[in-house]
Amino acid sequence: MALALDTSQARRKRGFWTMARRDAATGYLFITPQLIGIIIFVLIPLGLVFWYSLHEWNVLAGSFRFTGAANYEKLLSDPALGEVMTVTAVFSAGLALLNMSLALGLALLLNQKLAFMTVFRTLFFSPVVVSLVAWTIVWSFLLQSNGGINGLLQMIGVEGPNWLRNPTTAMISVIVVQALKNVGLNMILFLAALQGVPRELFEAARVDGVPRFKQFYRITLPMISPTILLASIVTIVGALQVFAQIMILTQGGPGFSTTVLVYYLYQQAFQFYLFGYGSTLSIVLLVIVGALTFIQWQLRRKFVFYEN
Amino acid sequence: MRRTILKTTLAALTVTTGLVAPAFSQELRMAIWSANEAHLALFNEIADEFEASHPGVTVTYDSLAFEGYVTTLTTQIAGGNPPDLAWLFDTTAPDFMAAGALYPLTDTFATTEGYDIADFPPATLTAWSRDGVQYLYPFSTSPFGVFVNNDMIKAAGAKTPAELIAAGEWTWDNAIATAATVAATGKQGLVVRDFDFKIWENLAEIYAGWGAHPWSEDTKSCAFNSTEMVDAMSFIHDAIFVKKAMPGPGVSADFFAGDAAMTTTQISRASLLPKGDAAFDWDLVPLPSGPVGEYAWVGRAGIGVLANGKNPELAAEFLAFFSSKDNVAKLAQFFPPARQSLLTADVLSAANPLLTKEQIEAVVIRGVATGQSTQQVPNFAQLQQTARAGLDGLWQPQADIVGVLNALCDRLNPLLAAN
Repeated sequence: MALALDTSQARRKRGFWTMARRDAATGYLFITPQLIGIIIFVLIPLGLVFWYSLHEWNVLAGSFRFTGAANYEKLLSDPALGEVMTVTAVFSAGLALLNMSLALGLALLLNQKLAFMTVFRTLFFSPVVVSLVAWTIVWSFLLQSNGGINGLLQMIGVEGPNWLRNPTTAMISVIVVQALKNVGLNMILFLAALQGVPRELFEAARVDGVPRFKQFYRITLPMISPTILLASIVTIVGALQVFAQIMILTQGGPGFSTTVLVYYLYQQAFQFYLFGYGSTLSIVLLVIVGALTFIQWQLRRKFVFYEN
Repeated sequence: MRRTILKTTLAALTVTTGLVAPAFSQELRMAIWSANEAHLALFNEIADEFEASHPGVTVTYDSLAFEGYVTTLTTQIAGGNPPDLAWLFDTTAPDFMAAGALYPLTDTFATTEGYDIADFPPATLTAWSRDGVQYLYPFSTSPFGVFVNNDMIKAAGAKTPAELIAAGEWTWDNAIATAATVAATGKQGLVVRDFDFKIWENLAEIYAGWGAHPWSEDTKSCAFNSTEMVDAMSFIHDAIFVKKAMPGPGVSADFFAGDAAMTTTQISRASLLPKGDAAFDWDLVPLPSGPVGEYAWVGRAGIGVLANGKNPELAAEFLAFFSSKDNVAKLAQFFPPARQSLLTADVLSAANPLLTKEQIEAVVIRGVATGQSTQQVPNFAQLQQTARAGLDGLWQPQADIVGVLNALCDRLNPLLAAN
């Protein structure tokens, strides 16, 4: 009798820990550290930022007063916000276009089977592993009016502009400095994607007499479109989060010409002590990043080619 | 029995540790914007004396970068890790006082033996108090002067400022003419130290000579487009872009490294003068006279105790010790004191072996007595950044000076009116 009971209990135990449940539990155990990290360092701060955005928080006074939607109403009457959003859009679009086209161009060049290609690939990738602050500080010296860039231009008889003191050249400078810093990352992604395009497609196109540029548009681009989508999302999200480069190179100037959203929210929170309004601007940034990522993700159905 | 002894011992240890630990672990941290070795050596000497009379207390100095000092300080406060004491600019102090971020010092100064608060002329205390309560100690009341590289000026064939002063010709026009002569030799002429086309408040050393101010007297409206300011800014613009007498935007030049003929700054920078092979024949002279005649400009810094610090009472006690008559006499070599009894050429020249009695008399004593200072205004950080952004339009060779200053006032007026 006792033996029969033991056997049925053992069966019941085995019944709960089915193979599927055991696999699921193992999976959850594996993702637990990452999940805890995301909860502590992403989700809770995100919730707190939203909570702060509903308050007037003066760090000097140590006061924390619930104000409801007052900070969101302030957004609508903030005279500088329109300018800041325009600057952010110009910077992000400029950076995404320059970075992506440069990365794709470099990847196409470095995809050739020629000597020293590995050296060139390493060379173009190396800025990615350089410290962002060190990279930007060096560029800030190069871009001074009596700096290295103008020194080089002077050697060929050209008088260079004061790069960081003119609104247009300052914007171009911050875009180029940032693009050169990260172009290697997208280049490697595109290079990997290009090497995954089946050779026989190009051979068939050649047999049919398809010109090279048409091969690029009809075969290469569609085949690497998933990578283009991924790179564009990463680049645009990265562009919207740019801070250190602006802080070091221009501090948002001249005027407001390089005051992007992240720098503006830093000013509001840390320079003007308006942490509540700064948090509200963070929520705006989150919504913009989320919306853009969603749109890009939706566009994949129309523009991205998946073999399967 | 054994268990009882163990319990009693543990309880005794806990109680003893609880009583003794605070006495052994009291730490005071003062946030400062100087990393100058000579300054820190003197501050540490004062801290050592305090620690000797207060066993278990440790005083440290946290040198924060001058640029972004207030932001770093605010971040520390927001992060729940405020320093116990902090240097503050006279421009920043009103916001800290209004927010209740500072610990009141009136009682501490009144009850500290031998402190003698009456030694401070009332005018030196007003910038650091609110509603009759003293919140900061007037740490530095430092007039601006012009440090001069006589070797460089003589080599360029120009008259030195000392010669111009002797001839009664030490005016901004002549100072800029001298600077332009030097600049024509390939060196830089006159540097407004720490301005760097960002900290525009430092231009007050020049525009005060035109009687110009950034805001109206009641600080409720913008005065950047006043006639005086337009004239002063036109003069500065001309000196930079036409006469090339001042380094332009994006050009770095350090007087103390031998890059420029003159620099406007405070006497605390005398310690940066080069020694040995790099040394040059230097002088310290008052600011040149402007259209309003002779004038002086005084930079002020205070030290406050953070109300949310861990030991505000002990920090206030340390501040009273730090600012005692004896210690202020030592500090006077870098930071001209507000104490009347110490503001004499004898005391200051004893503390400043680098400077002559004449230099101290002309720049420091006369400067403190007659100098103007920054107009204090609430919400300064936002006004400062808005003005910085607006003035960027001025630092172009073809700038429409009146247009830029009018546009700047359009941005500043709503902010000032809301104060």
